[in-house]
Amino acid sequence: MHKKGPMYVIVVGAGKVGYHLAKTLIAEGHEVLLLEKDRKILESLQEDLGEVLAYGDGCEIRIMSEIGMGRANVVVAVTGDDEDNLVICQMAKRKFGVARTIARVNDPKNEELFKELGIDQTVSSTRIIFNLLEQQIEPGQVIPLAALKKGEIEVVEANVTPGASVAGLKIGQLDLPPHTLIISVIRDDHAMIPHSDTKLKEGDSVIAMIKAEREKELRAVFE
Amino acid sequence: MPRRDKVNLIKVVILGCGRVGSTIATTMFQEGHDVTIIDQNPDSFRRLGPDFAGTRILGNGIDEDTLRRAEVHKANAFVATTNGDNRNIMSVQMAKVRFHVPKVVARIYDPNRAYAYAELGIDTICTTCIGAGLMRDMILGNQFGAVADYLHGGLVRTTEEDDNA
Repeated sequence: MHKKGPMYVIVVGAGKVGYHLAKTLIAEGHEVLLLEKDRKILESLQEDLGEVLAYGDGCEIRIMSEIGMGRANVVVAVTGDDEDNLVICQMAKRKFGVARTIARVNDPKNEELFKELGIDQTVSSTRIIFNLLEQQIEPGQVIPLAALKKGEIEVVEANVTPGASVAGLKIGQLDLPPHTLIISVIRDDHAMIPHSDTKLKEGDSVIAMIKAEREKELRAVFE
Repeated sequence: MPRRDKVNLIKVVILGCGRVGSTIATTMFQEGHDVTIIDQNPDSFRRLGPDFAGTRILGNGIDEDTLRRAEVHKANAFVATTNGDNRNIMSVQMAKVRFHVPKVVARIYDPNRAYAYAELGIDTICTTCIGAGLMRDMILGNQFGAVADYLHGGLVRTTEEDDNA
């Protein structure tokens, strides 16, 4: 699915996340190097991933030079320790000029800190699972899909449930909160780019971009 | 012997109650400073001895909640002395960025990492560099240099990058 051609991706940490990430990237045709400082883990992966494995501490400048960090398009740090992931990404970025750094964050509280410290992207499985749980228990038919600009803007999905008051209304007739942009209406697995005359039907999913603080008002519209 | 040349009393938070951390804690406490020390192992606090009456905080020094309990936001200085270079690097940046501590210092064993972060504006003390440099000068009968000479000195900068510089 890569549109910009193959990349050179350095993955640091050959635990389960690193291993599967490396396998996936290889299958997609990218050049991958998987760095691990535990010899036992390396040996266990030798047969499977031999040629892309490298032994060493991802925070050591000597190792970083040896594995060609300077020409990596992306560095992904997915060790089990947040402090290691931080230092790997910071060194990659600032000493080697790597354009894009992604850090796994084990403690979700560190996400914001890492961004403030120059890490391009963070991934917290704790946060993702928590968000999924939260969606389950939130009332209403509006599901957050993505947060942009540090959560200021959200992309949400709103479902037109049977009997919903919006069913049968045109997009232009909806009493939408300010700063709401309807991007798409999904009907029978087909995504349409709607206009103001598009009439909503039961079972539609409406994808909208919205200021985060307006989400509650949007929910009220679709209740 | 407590030093008497310091008049300004400060609030300092020390992360890591090992030999270095406990020594900083006890000497600064004797000098009259407001000292808080953090460690995740309660046994470590024994190094402080019976006379230390500063604050002991049990917890993980790269957890914001622990730093808040230690009132890092009120501190004038924060120093990280755990055995983990990266742990120290992360905690001082946390103290600086999240808690706006004006003075932060990290002890870093790896000379290259210490050098890299010093360049990025983090005050680092590389005990490896200082120890090795002092010992070399002692062996050679040289006069000791200034601390900065040892921190960024010729002895330990061994990467290709530095060689090319």
